[in-house]
Amino acid sequence: MDVNPKAPAPFPGDVIPTPGGGILVSKMDQVINWARSNSLWPLVFGTSCCAIEMMSTASAKYDWSRFGFEVARATPRQADVIIIAGTIVNKMAPVLKRLYDQMAEPKYVIAMGACATSGGPFFYNTYSVVKGADHVIPVDVYIAGCPPRPEALIHAMISLQEKIKLGLTREQIRMEKPEQSF
Amino acid sequence: MTREELQAQLPELAPGSTFEEGGEWLNMNVDVSLWKNFSHALKFTLSLDFDYLFCLTCVDWKTHLTMVYHFTSTTHRHHLVVKIKLDRTTPQVESVAEIWRTAEFHEREVFELFGVEFINHPDLRKLILPDDWEGFPLRKDYEDPINMIKL
Amino acid sequence: MLEEVATTEQGDLVINIGPQHPATHGVLHLVITLNGETIKKVEPHLGYIHRSIEKMCESLSYRQFIYVTSRMDYLSSHINNHGCAMLVEKAMQIEVPQRAQYIRVIMDELTRLASHQLWWGAMAMDIGAFTPFFLAFREREMINEIMEETCGARLTMNYMVPGGVMFELHPNFCKKVKDFIVHFRSKIDEYDELLTGNIIFQNRMKNIGVLSKEDAISFGCSGPTARASGVECDIRKLYPYEVYSQVQFKEILATEGDSFARYKVRLLEMRESMNIIEQLIDNIPEGEFQAKTKAVLKLPKGEFYSRIETARGEFGVYVVSEGGTTPYRIKFRSPGFSNLSALDHMVRGQKLGDMVAIMGTLDLVIPDIDR
Repeated sequence: MDVNPKAPAPFPGDVIPTPGGGILVSKMDQVINWARSNSLWPLVFGTSCCAIEMMSTASAKYDWSRFGFEVARATPRQADVIIIAGTIVNKMAPVLKRLYDQMAEPKYVIAMGACATSGGPFFYNTYSVVKGADHVIPVDVYIAGCPPRPEALIHAMISLQEKIKLGLTREQIRMEKPEQSF
Repeated sequence: MTREELQAQLPELAPGSTFEEGGEWLNMNVDVSLWKNFSHALKFTLSLDFDYLFCLTCVDWKTHLTMVYHFTSTTHRHHLVVKIKLDRTTPQVESVAEIWRTAEFHEREVFELFGVEFINHPDLRKLILPDDWEGFPLRKDYEDPINMIKL
Repeated sequence: MLEEVATTEQGDLVINIGPQHPATHGVLHLVITLNGETIKKVEPHLGYIHRSIEKMCESLSYRQFIYVTSRMDYLSSHINNHGCAMLVEKAMQIEVPQRAQYIRVIMDELTRLASHQLWWGAMAMDIGAFTPFFLAFREREMINEIMEETCGARLTMNYMVPGGVMFELHPNFCKKVKDFIVHFRSKIDEYDELLTGNIIFQNRMKNIGVLSKEDAISFGCSGPTARASGVECDIRKLYPYEVYSQVQFKEILATEGDSFARYKVRLLEMRESMNIIEQLIDNIPEGEFQAKTKAVLKLPKGEFYSRIETARGEFGVYVVSEGGTTPYRIKFRSPGFSNLSALDHMVRGQKLGDMVAIMGTLDLVIPDIDR
């Protein structure tokens, strides 16, 4: 018995795709990913204390617009990345899901702070806190801290940018090692 | 007025009420049936003039519930704490939202967290919890096996 | 008594603002009934950040519950912690050393300054002016750096303990605070020049959202919101705690009760805070920074209430204790809850654009309201 079934022999005249796309397409992909990562516009979404550190990151001392996060849009239709800054409670979870659904692809999610990562200080003995924003929407980057420093938020944004530049799809970003080396 | 003067004047307005010893301010236990007239008297009697209600809450003592009202007067600067004992199965008390407008929100919160029904409240419905929540979370017998760890 | 309850007639428009909105200072959902541009009724829907703190505190010890309150009103986190620590000290009759009292009051006033700075920047941004936001954060960063050197964190500094403060002051603390005050005195004149004297700003704020004195008392308002209507309610003057009885400062009152009065009261309070810090910073006595207390605290059986003046108003902590290591019932009387209940009364008959200005001057922090 054949343990490793081989693919059928190619019919002469078939176009065999090279891994990573053809030369023209892969260069285009690199350029597109570079452009995407350098202009991620965040959505204005802060529920509690981490929102103040997010506002500090937006202001003059730890400016995040040097990295391309220039305008923070209020409407999810115009935003690329949603930074969940604060605790998510049972009443707010459907609102968060609705905002996420309204965003256009490609969209990314950063969970800022201990509350959005896992429920934070409100993990035990609360009847209304969702223990982590990833119960509601898929998250790409998690930041620890209560609240995390502005430098930690910028570090998370840069890691998100690097992963986008590697050209990974959403599912691949959440795996351990990227399949394609750069 | 001092604590002693208050303790002398208040029993005529609410006969049968008792006072507690100790504590920072004068604590008074009033019967629930006298609350409507007594609350009017607290606000509109010129010598008392309790016009600032700064804390309204409820405490669950496993056999009964107790409403706690903290009053002060901006003119005379005296304080009073009124406690009303309520039955656990059907807790009902007269609303004071017409006299002190701050009670509108506070009583809605006590209604959804403890289940106390306020008679004559202009708009009694849930304030903080989602509309389809069942149960009264702040009562001591609230069962929530997923989230609560019993100590 | 109660006004006419506004009913929805035909031709009325009901719109939603929030919970996700740049101008709602957190997650506040307002359902507004409009007739054209004139507001007939505003109904706040709360609960989008209700983290059930009161139930959670029934399982935390008396040393642990203090730090949850700094997540409630996160802009006056030191002051909230201070109020809770004062409650434990009052109940257990712990005497706080003089050095710790001075340090606590200086930290409180710095926090009040930082909170008013952020209020100023955020309010101006809601009205449409973007520059004050960056100016306010520039000064706020200086205070955050001072706090970070001593307390270790920028926003939720867990620094107050029952009996005093947690760590000794950093050696650079006094010098940095004095430099900051000199720097900020010139900057606050710049704030006045930019915004207070601006004719457009004044037209948007004067005679908008008037709250009379009787209404402010009836709604239970406190803090700058009530003081702008003429109510004397500064806890630091009425029931002085720590070293406030030894410091000279004025209680700022105004009589008009409109948005511009609330704005002016807060700006003048910033100046008074700087006066208080200047009087105290050179005279911090030597001594212990923390009284000796047991590791596990058990409050005696009874009920206790402590109140403190935060940047938003009177914050009260009411504890019912059964003699154990955890509270039996704890209730936090938050200033924003009462201030928000006056919003419906203030905006009736005004235009939609004015409502944003009124909410900006109320200085709401929604996690404080929802607890």
